[in-house]
Amino acid sequence: MSIFDYFKSSKKNTASIAKERLQVIVAHERSKRNQPDYLPALQQEILEVIRKYVSIDQDQIDVQLENNGDCSILELNVTLPD
Amino acid sequence: MAKIIVVTSGKGGVGKTTTSAAISSGLAMRGHKTAVIDFDIGLRNLDLIMNCERRVVYDFVNVINGEATLKQALIKDKRCEDLYILPASQTRDKDALTKEGVEKVLNQLSDDGFEYIICDSPAGIEHGAFMALYFADTAIVVSNPEVSSVRDSDRILGILQSKSRRAELGQTVEEFLLVTRYNPGRVENGDMLGVDDVQEILATTLLGVIPDSESVLKASNQGLPIIHDKESDAGQAYQDAVARLLGEKVDHRFLSVESKSFFQRLFRRSA
Repeated sequence: MSIFDYFKSSKKNTASIAKERLQVIVAHERSKRNQPDYLPALQQEILEVIRKYVSIDQDQIDVQLENNGDCSILELNVTLPD
Repeated sequence: MAKIIVVTSGKGGVGKTTTSAAISSGLAMRGHKTAVIDFDIGLRNLDLIMNCERRVVYDFVNVINGEATLKQALIKDKRCEDLYILPASQTRDKDALTKEGVEKVLNQLSDDGFEYIICDSPAGIEHGAFMALYFADTAIVVSNPEVSSVRDSDRILGILQSKSRRAELGQTVEEFLLVTRYNPGRVENGDMLGVDDVQEILATTLLGVIPDSESVLKASNQGLPIIHDKESDAGQAYQDAVARLLGEKVDHRFLSVESKSFFQRLFRRSA
Protein backbone atom coordinates (compact mmCIF):
# COMPACT_ATOMS: atom_id res chain seq x y z
CA MET A 1 0.00 0.00 0.00
CA SER A 2 1.51 3.33 -0.99
CA ILE A 3 1.25 6.44 1.11
CA PHE A 4 -1.36 7.82 -1.31
CA ASP A 5 -3.60 4.83 -0.74
CA TYR A 6 -3.40 5.52 2.98
CA PHE A 7 -4.86 8.98 2.50
CA LYS A 8 -7.45 7.74 0.02
CA SER A 9 -8.78 5.15 2.44
CA SER A 10 -9.39 7.80 5.07
CA LYS A 11 -11.90 9.34 2.67
CA LYS A 12 -15.44 8.04 2.71
CA ASN A 13 -15.68 4.95 0.53
CA THR A 14 -18.20 4.74 -2.28
CA ALA A 15 -19.93 1.63 -0.92
CA SER A 16 -21.07 3.48 2.19
CA ILE A 17 -22.36 6.34 0.01
CA ALA A 18 -24.30 3.74 -1.99
CA LYS A 19 -25.76 2.27 1.18
CA GLU A 20 -26.90 5.64 2.52
CA ARG A 21 -28.49 6.63 -0.80
CA LEU A 22 -30.27 3.30 -1.04
CA GLN A 23 -31.58 3.50 2.52
CA VAL A 24 -33.11 6.90 1.80
CA ILE A 25 -34.71 6.07 -1.55
CA VAL A 26 -35.96 2.64 -0.47
CA ALA A 27 -37.59 4.08 2.66
CA HIS A 28 -39.20 6.82 0.55
CA GLU A 29 -40.54 4.36 -2.02
CA ARG A 30 -41.83 1.97 0.64
CA SER A 31 -43.81 4.75 2.28
CA LYS A 32 -45.54 5.41 -1.05
CA ARG A 33 -46.09 1.74 -1.77
CA ASN A 34 -48.94 1.21 0.63
CA GLN A 35 -50.89 4.16 -0.66
CA PRO A 36 -54.02 3.57 -2.73
CA ASP A 37 -53.78 3.68 -6.52
CA TYR A 38 -56.13 6.67 -6.79
CA LEU A 39 -53.75 9.01 -4.97
CA PRO A 40 -51.79 10.28 -8.02
CA ALA A 41 -55.07 10.97 -9.88
CA LEU A 42 -56.50 12.69 -6.80
CA GLN A 43 -53.37 14.82 -6.55
CA GLN A 44 -53.64 15.74 -10.23
CA GLU A 45 -57.30 16.78 -9.93
CA ILE A 46 -56.72 18.84 -6.78
CA LEU A 47 -53.87 20.54 -8.64
CA GLU A 48 -56.20 21.39 -11.53
CA VAL A 49 -58.73 22.96 -9.15
CA ILE A 50 -56.13 25.06 -7.34
CA ARG A 51 -54.65 26.16 -10.67
CA LYS A 52 -57.96 27.82 -11.53
CA TYR A 53 -57.19 30.34 -8.82
CA VAL A 54 -53.44 30.30 -8.17
CA SER A 55 -50.59 29.43 -10.47
CA ILE A 56 -48.67 26.52 -8.91
CA ASP A 57 -46.40 23.78 -10.17
CA GLN A 58 -46.76 20.00 -9.91
CA ASP A 59 -44.15 19.77 -7.16
CA GLN A 60 -45.80 22.40 -5.01
CA ILE A 61 -48.55 20.03 -4.00
CA ASP A 62 -48.10 16.98 -1.83
CA VAL A 63 -50.81 14.45 -0.96
CA GLN A 64 -50.14 11.87 1.75
CA LEU A 65 -52.37 9.22 3.23
CA GLU A 66 -51.43 8.12 6.71
CA ASN A 67 -52.93 5.15 8.46
CA ASN A 68 -53.22 5.32 12.23
CA GLY A 69 -54.96 2.20 13.34
CA ASP A 70 -58.60 2.41 12.31
CA CYS A 71 -58.46 5.98 11.05
CA SER A 72 -56.79 7.33 7.93
CA ILE A 73 -55.63 10.91 7.52
CA LEU A 74 -55.48 12.47 4.10
CA GLU A 75 -52.91 15.22 4.31
CA LEU A 76 -52.76 17.89 1.64
CA ASN A 77 -49.85 20.30 1.47
CA VAL A 78 -49.91 23.13 -1.03
CA THR A 79 -47.05 25.59 -1.23
CA LEU A 80 -48.43 28.86 -2.54
CA PRO A 81 -46.07 31.19 -4.37
CA ASP A 82 -45.22 34.53 -2.73
CA MET B 1 -48.64 -30.00 -4.71
CA ALA B 2 -45.58 -28.73 -6.50
CA LYS B 3 -43.70 -25.87 -4.90
CA ILE B 4 -43.64 -22.90 -7.26
CA ILE B 5 -40.47 -20.82 -7.06
CA VAL B 6 -40.03 -17.61 -9.02
CA VAL B 7 -36.56 -16.31 -9.84
CA THR B 8 -37.00 -12.58 -10.24
CA SER B 9 -35.11 -9.28 -9.86
CA GLY B 10 -36.72 -6.33 -11.59
CA LYS B 11 -33.44 -5.29 -13.20
CA GLY B 12 -32.11 -7.14 -16.21
CA GLY B 13 -28.73 -8.79 -16.56
CA VAL B 14 -28.26 -9.66 -12.89
CA GLY B 15 -28.31 -13.43 -13.40
CA LYS B 16 -31.93 -14.61 -13.26
CA THR B 17 -31.60 -17.15 -16.08
CA THR B 18 -28.21 -18.36 -14.84
CA THR B 19 -29.78 -18.79 -11.41
CA SER B 20 -32.91 -20.53 -12.75
CA ALA B 21 -30.75 -22.98 -14.69
CA ALA B 22 -28.47 -23.61 -11.69
CA ILE B 23 -31.18 -23.96 -9.05
CA SER B 24 -33.42 -26.19 -11.17
CA SER B 25 -30.43 -28.39 -12.10
CA GLY B 26 -29.37 -28.51 -8.45
CA LEU B 27 -32.82 -29.63 -7.29
CA ALA B 28 -32.97 -32.29 -10.01
CA MET B 29 -29.44 -33.50 -9.15
CA ARG B 30 -30.74 -34.15 -5.65
CA GLY B 31 -33.48 -36.33 -7.10
CA HIS B 32 -36.38 -33.87 -7.04
CA LYS B 33 -38.54 -33.90 -10.15
CA THR B 34 -38.24 -30.31 -11.36
CA ALA B 35 -39.59 -28.23 -14.23
CA VAL B 36 -38.11 -24.88 -15.22
CA ILE B 37 -40.27 -22.47 -17.23
CA ASP B 38 -38.97 -19.54 -19.27
CA PHE B 39 -41.45 -16.66 -18.88
CA ASP B 40 -39.46 -14.27 -21.07
CA ILE B 41 -41.86 -14.32 -24.02
CA GLY B 42 -40.20 -13.00 -27.16
CA LEU B 43 -36.70 -13.12 -25.67
CA ARG B 44 -36.22 -16.78 -24.89
CA ASN B 45 -32.78 -17.61 -23.51
CA LEU B 46 -33.09 -20.32 -20.90
CA ASP B 47 -32.86 -22.90 -23.72
CA LEU B 48 -29.39 -21.57 -24.65
CA ILE B 49 -28.13 -21.59 -21.06
CA MET B 50 -29.39 -25.17 -20.68
CA ASN B 51 -28.08 -26.30 -24.06
CA CYS B 52 -31.41 -27.41 -25.52
CA GLU B 53 -31.98 -24.60 -28.04
CA ARG B 54 -31.95 -27.00 -30.97
CA ARG B 55 -34.48 -29.31 -29.39
CA VAL B 56 -37.27 -26.72 -29.02
CA VAL B 57 -40.33 -27.76 -31.01
CA TYR B 58 -43.25 -26.45 -29.00
CA ASP B 59 -43.26 -23.78 -26.33
CA PHE B 60 -45.12 -22.42 -23.31
CA VAL B 61 -47.59 -20.35 -25.38
CA ASN B 62 -48.34 -23.34 -27.66
CA VAL B 63 -49.37 -25.29 -24.55
CA ILE B 64 -51.52 -22.44 -23.21
CA ASN B 65 -53.25 -22.08 -26.60
CA GLY B 66 -53.83 -25.81 -26.85
CA GLU B 67 -51.63 -26.12 -29.95
CA ALA B 68 -49.45 -28.70 -28.22
CA THR B 69 -49.69 -30.86 -25.15
CA LEU B 70 -47.50 -30.17 -22.14
CA LYS B 71 -45.77 -33.49 -22.72
CA GLN B 72 -44.89 -32.48 -26.29
CA ALA B 73 -43.47 -29.13 -25.21
CA LEU B 74 -41.41 -30.23 -22.20
CA ILE B 75 -37.76 -30.85 -23.06
CA LYS B 76 -36.01 -33.48 -20.98
CA ASP B 77 -32.61 -32.31 -19.77
CA LYS B 78 -29.69 -34.39 -21.05
CA ARG B 79 -27.70 -34.10 -17.83
CA CYS B 80 -30.29 -34.49 -15.10
CA GLU B 81 -32.75 -37.34 -15.07
CA ASP B 82 -35.45 -35.41 -13.20
CA LEU B 83 -35.28 -32.07 -15.00
CA TYR B 84 -37.59 -30.73 -17.72
CA ILE B 85 -37.50 -27.38 -19.51
CA LEU B 86 -40.50 -25.50 -20.86
CA PRO B 87 -39.15 -22.91 -23.30
CA ALA B 88 -40.65 -19.48 -23.87
CA SER B 89 -42.32 -18.61 -27.12
CA GLN B 90 -40.58 -16.26 -29.54
CA THR B 91 -43.86 -14.52 -30.40
CA ARG B 92 -43.94 -10.78 -30.00
CA ASP B 93 -47.39 -10.88 -28.46
CA LYS B 94 -46.58 -10.13 -24.82
CA ASP B 95 -50.14 -10.82 -23.73
CA ALA B 96 -49.93 -14.42 -24.90
CA LEU B 97 -49.61 -15.40 -21.24
CA THR B 98 -52.92 -15.32 -19.41
CA LYS B 99 -53.46 -15.96 -15.72
CA GLU B 100 -55.80 -18.84 -16.54
CA GLY B 101 -53.37 -20.31 -19.07
CA VAL B 102 -50.40 -20.13 -16.73
CA GLU B 103 -52.41 -21.60 -13.88
CA LYS B 104 -53.54 -24.48 -16.08
CA VAL B 105 -49.95 -25.37 -17.00
CA LEU B 106 -48.75 -25.08 -13.39
CA ASN B 107 -51.59 -27.31 -12.16
CA GLN B 108 -50.90 -29.89 -14.82
CA LEU B 109 -47.20 -29.99 -13.91
CA SER B 110 -48.19 -30.44 -10.30
CA ASP B 111 -50.59 -33.26 -11.21
CA ASP B 112 -47.83 -34.91 -13.26
CA GLY B 113 -45.78 -35.31 -10.09
CA PHE B 114 -43.39 -32.40 -10.36
CA GLU B 115 -42.07 -31.39 -6.94
CA TYR B 116 -40.59 -28.03 -7.92
CA ILE B 117 -41.52 -25.57 -10.65
CA ILE B 118 -38.96 -22.84 -11.24
CA CYS B 119 -40.34 -19.76 -13.02
CA ASP B 120 -37.60 -17.77 -14.76
CA SER B 121 -38.95 -14.23 -14.84
CA PRO B 122 -38.19 -11.64 -17.50
CA ALA B 123 -36.70 -8.32 -16.40
CA GLY B 124 -38.96 -5.40 -15.64
CA ILE B 125 -42.34 -5.26 -13.92
CA GLU B 126 -44.50 -5.74 -17.01
CA HIS B 127 -46.97 -8.50 -17.75
CA GLY B 128 -44.46 -11.35 -18.20
CA ALA B 129 -42.71 -10.61 -14.92
CA PHE B 130 -46.07 -10.34 -13.17
CA MET B 131 -47.23 -13.68 -14.59
CA ALA B 132 -43.98 -15.33 -13.45
CA LEU B 133 -44.39 -14.19 -9.85
CA TYR B 134 -48.16 -14.28 -9.47
CA PHE B 135 -48.49 -17.97 -8.53
CA ALA B 136 -45.25 -18.24 -6.57
CA ASP B 137 -45.01 -19.89 -3.15
CA THR B 138 -41.37 -18.87 -2.87
CA ALA B 139 -39.42 -16.06 -4.50
CA ILE B 140 -35.70 -15.90 -5.10
CA VAL B 141 -34.84 -12.24 -5.65
CA VAL B 142 -31.55 -11.99 -7.50
CA SER B 143 -29.58 -8.83 -6.86
CA ASN B 144 -26.14 -7.50 -7.71
CA PRO B 145 -24.37 -5.43 -5.04
CA GLU B 146 -25.10 -2.27 -6.98
CA VAL B 147 -27.57 0.58 -6.35
CA SER B 148 -29.98 0.18 -9.26
CA SER B 149 -30.26 -3.57 -8.81
CA VAL B 150 -30.94 -3.30 -5.07
CA ARG B 151 -33.57 -0.63 -5.59
CA ASP B 152 -35.34 -2.70 -8.25
CA SER B 153 -35.21 -5.74 -5.98
CA ASP B 154 -37.04 -3.77 -3.33
CA ARG B 155 -39.68 -2.83 -5.90
CA ILE B 156 -40.16 -6.49 -6.80
CA LEU B 157 -40.42 -7.43 -3.12
CA GLY B 158 -43.19 -4.85 -2.80
CA ILE B 159 -45.06 -6.35 -5.75
CA LEU B 160 -44.69 -9.85 -4.29
CA GLN B 161 -46.12 -8.60 -1.02
CA SER B 162 -49.12 -6.86 -2.58
CA LYS B 163 -49.96 -8.28 -6.01
CA SER B 164 -49.19 -12.01 -5.89
CA ARG B 165 -51.90 -14.62 -5.49
CA ARG B 166 -50.68 -15.42 -1.99
CA ALA B 167 -50.92 -11.73 -1.09
CA GLU B 168 -54.47 -11.64 -2.44
CA LEU B 169 -55.32 -14.63 -0.25
CA GLY B 170 -53.81 -12.93 2.79
CA GLN B 171 -50.81 -15.29 2.79
CA THR B 172 -47.15 -14.49 2.38
CA VAL B 173 -44.69 -15.48 -0.31
CA GLU B 174 -41.51 -16.93 1.17
CA GLU B 175 -38.77 -14.52 0.09
CA PHE B 176 -35.08 -15.19 -0.39
CA LEU B 177 -32.27 -12.91 -1.47
CA LEU B 178 -29.54 -14.21 -3.75
CA VAL B 179 -26.63 -11.82 -4.25
CA THR B 180 -24.75 -12.50 -7.48
CA ARG B 181 -21.59 -11.07 -9.11
CA TYR B 182 -20.09 -10.56 -5.66
CA ASN B 183 -16.52 -9.41 -5.54
CA PRO B 184 -15.11 -9.69 -1.98
CA GLY B 185 -11.97 -7.78 -2.91
CA ARG B 186 -13.94 -4.74 -4.00
CA VAL B 187 -16.12 -4.99 -0.90
CA GLU B 188 -13.00 -4.94 1.29
CA ASN B 189 -11.73 -1.89 -0.60
CA GLY B 190 -15.03 -0.13 0.01
CA ASP B 191 -15.93 0.00 -3.68
CA MET B 192 -18.83 -2.46 -3.53
CA LEU B 193 -21.81 -2.89 -1.24
CA GLY B 194 -21.25 -5.75 1.17
CA VAL B 195 -23.74 -8.58 1.42
CA ASP B 196 -24.68 -7.43 4.94
CA ASP B 197 -25.56 -4.00 3.59
CA VAL B 198 -27.73 -5.40 0.79
CA GLN B 199 -29.45 -7.73 3.21
CA GLU B 200 -30.01 -4.92 5.71
CA ILE B 201 -31.61 -2.69 3.07
CA LEU B 202 -33.85 -5.40 1.64
CA ALA B 203 -34.57 -7.14 4.99
CA THR B 204 -34.82 -10.56 3.37
CA THR B 205 -33.39 -13.98 4.24
CA LEU B 206 -30.10 -14.60 2.46
CA LEU B 207 -30.19 -17.70 0.27
CA GLY B 208 -26.68 -17.35 -1.05
CA VAL B 209 -23.88 -15.21 -2.37
CA ILE B 210 -22.51 -16.11 -5.79
CA PRO B 211 -19.02 -14.77 -6.34
CA ASP B 212 -18.23 -12.92 -9.54
CA SER B 213 -16.47 -15.64 -11.46
CA GLU B 214 -15.03 -16.21 -14.90
CA SER B 215 -16.41 -19.71 -14.83
CA VAL B 216 -20.01 -18.42 -15.19
CA LEU B 217 -19.39 -17.07 -18.70
CA LYS B 218 -17.37 -20.14 -19.64
CA ALA B 219 -20.27 -22.32 -18.55
CA SER B 220 -22.91 -20.31 -20.42
CA ASN B 221 -20.73 -20.35 -23.56
CA GLN B 222 -21.11 -24.11 -23.53
CA GLY B 223 -24.70 -24.32 -22.38
CA LEU B 224 -23.66 -25.87 -19.11
CA PRO B 225 -25.58 -24.72 -16.02
CA ILE B 226 -22.83 -23.44 -13.72
CA ILE B 227 -23.86 -25.73 -10.87
CA HIS B 228 -22.39 -28.66 -12.86
CA ASP B 229 -18.94 -27.04 -12.61
CA LYS B 230 -18.00 -28.46 -9.23
CA GLU B 231 -14.51 -26.93 -9.38
CA SER B 232 -15.74 -23.35 -9.61
CA ASP B 233 -16.58 -21.22 -6.59
CA ALA B 234 -19.78 -20.01 -8.30
CA GLY B 235 -20.91 -23.59 -8.91
CA GLN B 236 -20.22 -24.50 -5.28
CA ALA B 237 -22.04 -21.40 -4.07
CA TYR B 238 -25.11 -22.47 -6.07
CA GLN B 239 -24.87 -25.98 -4.55
CA ASP B 240 -24.97 -24.35 -1.12
CA ALA B 241 -27.93 -22.19 -2.13
CA VAL B 242 -29.89 -25.25 -3.26
CA ALA B 243 -29.14 -26.96 0.06
CA ARG B 244 -30.43 -23.89 1.95
CA LEU B 245 -33.52 -23.80 -0.26
CA LEU B 246 -34.21 -27.35 0.90
CA GLY B 247 -33.90 -26.22 4.51
CA GLU B 248 -30.33 -27.32 5.25
CA LYS B 249 -28.09 -25.13 7.38
CA VAL B 250 -24.98 -24.34 5.38
CA ASP B 251 -22.44 -21.63 6.18
CA HIS B 252 -21.90 -18.95 3.56
CA ARG B 253 -18.63 -19.23 1.67
CA PHE B 254 -16.59 -17.04 -0.69
CA LEU B 255 -17.40 -13.87 1.27
CA SER B 256 -13.79 -12.82 1.76
CA VAL B 257 -10.71 -12.58 -0.39
CA GLU B 258 -8.61 -15.70 -0.49
CA SER B 259 -5.37 -15.01 1.29
CA LYS B 260 -2.95 -14.63 -1.56
CA SER B 261 -0.65 -11.87 -0.40
CA PHE B 262 2.98 -12.02 -1.33
CA PHE B 263 4.11 -13.03 2.15
CA GLN B 264 1.48 -15.68 2.56
CA ARG B 265 2.46 -17.22 -0.75
CA LEU B 266 6.05 -17.15 0.36
CA PHE B 267 5.28 -18.87 3.63
CA ARG B 268 3.03 -21.43 2.00
CA ARG B 269 5.74 -22.32 -0.44
CA SER B 270 8.35 -22.74 2.26
CA ALA B 271 6.01 -24.69 4.52
